[in-house]
Amino acid sequence: MNDKVIETDELTKKFGSFTAVDKISFSIEKGEIFGFLGANGAGKTTAMKMLCGLSKPTSGKAKVGGFDVYTQTESIKKNIGYMSQKFSLYEDLNIMENITFYGGIYGLSSKEIKMRGEALVEKLGLKNETKKMVASLPLGWKQKLAFSVAILHEPKIVFLDEPTGGVDPVTRRQFWNLIYEAAQRGITVFLTTHYMDEAEYCDRISIMVDGRIDAIGTPGQLREAFKATNMDEVFYSLARGAKRSE
Amino acid sequence: MKQFMAFVKKEFVHVLRDRKTLLILIGMPIMQILLFGFAMSNEIKETKVVIVDQAIDNSSAKLVARIDASEYFDAEIRDLTITDFNIEAAFKKGDLKILLIIPPSFESHILHEGSAQLRIIADASDPNTASLLTTYLTSIIQDFQKDNLSIQTIPYNIEPEVRMIYNPQLLSAHNFVPGVMALVLMLVCVMMTAITIVREKELGTMEVLLVSPYKPALVMISKAVPYLALSWINLITIVLLGVFVMGLPFNGSILLLFVESTLFILTCLTIGIFISNITSSQQVAMLISLMGMMLPTVLLSGFVFPLENMPKLLQWISNVIPARWYYVIVKDIMIKGTGFMDILKETLALLTITAFFFIMSIKKFKQRLA
Amino acid sequence: MRTLKYLLIKEFKQIFRNKAIIGIIMVMPMIQLLILPHAANYEVKNINLVVVDNDHSTYSRNLVSNITGSGYFQLTGNCQSFKQAFSEIEADKADLVLEIPANFEKDLIREQSQSLFIAVNAINGTKANLGASYLSRIIREYNNTLRAELLSVDKPASSRAIEITTANWFNPGLDYKSYMVPGILAILVTMVGGFLTALNIVKEKEVGTIEQINVTPIRKSQFILGKLIPFWILGNVVFTIGLTLSWLIYGIVPQGSLFVIYAFIAVYLVAILGFGLLVSTYSETQQQAMFIMFFFMMMFILLSGLFTSIDSMPGWAKALAHINPVTYIIEVFRMVILKGSGLKDILPQIAVISVGAVLLNTWAVRNYRKTV
Repeated sequence: MNDKVIETDELTKKFGSFTAVDKISFSIEKGEIFGFLGANGAGKTTAMKMLCGLSKPTSGKAKVGGFDVYTQTESIKKNIGYMSQKFSLYEDLNIMENITFYGGIYGLSSKEIKMRGEALVEKLGLKNETKKMVASLPLGWKQKLAFSVAILHEPKIVFLDEPTGGVDPVTRRQFWNLIYEAAQRGITVFLTTHYMDEAEYCDRISIMVDGRIDAIGTPGQLREAFKATNMDEVFYSLARGAKRSE
Repeated sequence: MKQFMAFVKKEFVHVLRDRKTLLILIGMPIMQILLFGFAMSNEIKETKVVIVDQAIDNSSAKLVARIDASEYFDAEIRDLTITDFNIEAAFKKGDLKILLIIPPSFESHILHEGSAQLRIIADASDPNTASLLTTYLTSIIQDFQKDNLSIQTIPYNIEPEVRMIYNPQLLSAHNFVPGVMALVLMLVCVMMTAITIVREKELGTMEVLLVSPYKPALVMISKAVPYLALSWINLITIVLLGVFVMGLPFNGSILLLFVESTLFILTCLTIGIFISNITSSQQVAMLISLMGMMLPTVLLSGFVFPLENMPKLLQWISNVIPARWYYVIVKDIMIKGTGFMDILKETLALLTITAFFFIMSIKKFKQRLA
Repeated sequence: MRTLKYLLIKEFKQIFRNKAIIGIIMVMPMIQLLILPHAANYEVKNINLVVVDNDHSTYSRNLVSNITGSGYFQLTGNCQSFKQAFSEIEADKADLVLEIPANFEKDLIREQSQSLFIAVNAINGTKANLGASYLSRIIREYNNTLRAELLSVDKPASSRAIEITTANWFNPGLDYKSYMVPGILAILVTMVGGFLTALNIVKEKEVGTIEQINVTPIRKSQFILGKLIPFWILGNVVFTIGLTLSWLIYGIVPQGSLFVIYAFIAVYLVAILGFGLLVSTYSETQQQAMFIMFFFMMMFILLSGLFTSIDSMPGWAKALAHINPVTYIIEVFRMVILKGSGLKDILPQIAVISVGAVLLNTWAVRNYRKTV
C-alpha cells in the first residue's frame, strides 16, 4: 500500500432525512496539504468530524492513518492532531500549562514535553510569555499556539477546521509557514477554509457543494478544467449550482 | 415604537427557543405549590410510639388501646423488659421517636396508692416534633385518667377552648402560596434577566446593540419585557393553583393584587438589570443573584421562617428585601381582604427599593459608556 | 494513569484560578452557617400574646404571670374587650388572644369548672400549633397546682393521679439550632458537589474545549474521573470547613465518630457528583444547567425532611423522599452528629446511597457517550 494516509469510499452521513455528506470518495497521500473547500453548510465540518472519529458515518468506508473510522477510532485519535473552529486551548491556563496538559494526555514523557515545549515557544517567539494566561493573548498568537500544540505529539495527520478565521494577513502568512514546515516533516495537513487565496497554497484541493465533492485536483488542474484565472472563479462557477447555503 | 417592537420580538424568540429553561420556569411554581401544599406539613399523624408495658394489666391495656386509637399515634408494644441500653440503640437506629414506659403493677399502684408514674422518653434531636409528640401523648394520658379512674368530675377544672382563626384547618397554604409567588417572580425576573444580559455581554453581541442608533436604555427594557410576560403567566398559574387546588380564599381585589404584583415584578427586573450592570460573567451573575437575592428571599421574607424569632440584626436586614414586603401585600389582599390603604407602607417600601436600584443602574450604565 | 494525572493537574489549576468557585467554597459555608440557623428557626419563642382579663382576680393574674414567666410568650397588651384584641390579630400584632371570663375565680370555686377562651392566628400553621399547645400545657400545669392547693384545704389526700415524667434525650435543652446545623451541612455538601460539577462540564461544552478533548486519545472514563475527583475532594473540604465552623460558632461536636461521617460522605459525594454529571449531559448552556439543577435542588431540599418531618408526608411524597439522596445524608448527619449513631446504624443508608451512586453514574456515563 503506497503512502495513502486517508482513504474514503462513498462516505455518507445523514441526519434524519437530511444528507449532510453524500458519498464522498477521495484519498490523500503522506505529507500532502489538502484543502477542503465549500460554502457554509456544504458539509465540510461534518466530513472532517467523521475522519477524526468524532462522529460515526452512516455508510461508506474510510481509513485514516490505516485505521478504520468505524471500529478503530481510539487508534485514529492517537495518530492525529486537531484544531477546531471554536478555540481549543484553555483560556484560564497559561501557555506552558496548556502545552504540558496536551503533551501529557498524548503520552509524551515529561522530558519530551519540556524539550518540545521549549522549542515550540522559542519558535513562536513566546519565550518570555510562557506564564501568560492564554485568554490575554491576541487572537493571531492563540491560533499559532493552538496549531503548534495540535502537532506537539508529531501526529501522522493534523486536521484544521478553518484555522485562520478572523486573523490578519501577516499572521495568516506566518501561520502558513508553520503549516509548510509541518508538511515537510511528513505531517499530512487536512484543512477546511473559505479563503480562496489560501486554496492556492494547498497541494491539492477538493470543493464540496451540497454534501458532494464536485471537483478535486491541484489548483492548476482546477483552474484549467473550469477555464478560470483564479480559484475564486472556479468556486463561484460551482457554488452557483448549490441548493443550500446559509 | 416599531423599532422597540422589533427588539422585543427578538427577545421573545430567544426566550421561547430555550425549551428546557422555559419548561423549568413554568414548571417550578407548579412543583413548589404541590410540594408545599401536599408534602410539607408539621402535622403529627400515626407516629409510631413504642410502649414498654411492664404491667400488662387491665389499666395498662386500656391505656395502650386508647393511645393506639388516637389519630396521632400508632402503638407498638414491647412487653419484654427492655434495658436502657437497648432503648438507646433503638433511638440511634432512628426508627423510634417516642417511647412510653408503663411501670410494673401500674393498676394496683393507682388503686391502692392513689398514684402511678409513667415515663415518656422523646428523641429531642428534633425538638419541635419531640415537643408536639410529648404534648399529645400527655393529653391522651390525661383524658384516660379522667375517664377511667372513677373520678366523675375533676374538681376545679379549667378547660381551655382553642379556636384557630383565619385558617381553622391549619393549612400551611396560607403561608406558602404567597411565598412561592415571591420566590418564583424573583427567580424569573432577577436571575433570568441578569444572566441573559450578561450572556450577551460575554458573547460580545451587547456591543453591537450598543452601537446601534437605538437607545441603550431601550435595549435593557426590551430585554426585560419577555420576563414581565413570563412573570404574569407564573402569577396567574400560582393564584389559580392556590385558589382552586389549595382552597385558598381570595377575599380582596384581584385588580389590586395584579397592580401590586406588577410593581414587585418591576422591582425584581430593576434589580436584575442592576446585577447585569455590575458583573461581566454568567457565573458571577448567577452567584450574586443566588446569594444576594434568592437566599435572603427564602430566609428573610418570613414565608418559611417566622421573622420575629430571628435576631434583631436579621430582622433589620429583612427590611431591604423586596420579597418581605410583597409577601405581606399578597397575604393581606388574598387572605385578609384588606384594601389599598392598609398596604400603603409596604407599597411605598417597594417603590423606594425600585427607585434606588433604578437610579443605581442608570449611574452604572452611564459610567460604563463614558 | 498518567493521562489522569495531567487531567487532574489541569482541573485543579483551573479551579484555583476561578474566583467564583473559591468564593463559593469559602463564603457559602460561612453565610449558610452564620445566618441559616438563626433564620431557619422554628423554635417558637416570643409568641405575641394579648390578654383580655375580664376577671381581674388573683387567679387570673397568677395565670397570666405563669404564662409570661414560661419564656415562650410575650405579653404585648391587655385589652378591654375581645373585639379590641381581635383587631390586634388583624394588624398582625398578636398571635394569640387569651380571654379570661368575668367571675372566673368565683365560678371556678362555685361550679368546679371554668372555660378559658384562646383564639389563635393560624395563618402560620406551625406557630399556631405549637403556640396553642404550649399555652394549653401551661394552663394545665397551673390548673394542677391550683387544684392541689384547693384540695389540700378541702379534703386532704384523696386524689388519684397519674404522674408523668418526661425525658428529652439527645437534646435536653430542646435547642433548635443543633437540630438545624447538621441539615445545613448536608445541604452545603450537596449544593457544592452538584452545582459545581454540572456547571464545570457544561462550561467546557459551551466554550468548545470539550471537542478538542474528544479528538484526543483520552478515554471518556478518564475524562469523567478527571472531573469527579477534584469535586469529590472539594466536597470534603467544604464539609470540613463547615464542620469546623459549626464547632467554632455553635459548639456542635459530632457525638459519633468522624470516621463514620466521612465514610458516608465519600459514598454520598460519588452519587451527587454523578447527578451533576447527568445534568450536564442534558444541558447545552450554563444557564440551562443552572436552572435544571436549581429545580432539582429545590425538590430535593423540600422533600428531604430538612424543615418538616418525612413521617408527616403523604404516601407519594414519602416514596419520593425515599429516592431522594438528600434525605439520606440529612438523616445520617443528624443521627451521627446528634445521637452518636455508629457505622452499623447507618448501614441501610450507605447501602441505598451506594446503589444510587452506581445508577446515577452509569446513566450519566451512558448519556454522556450519546450526546458528545
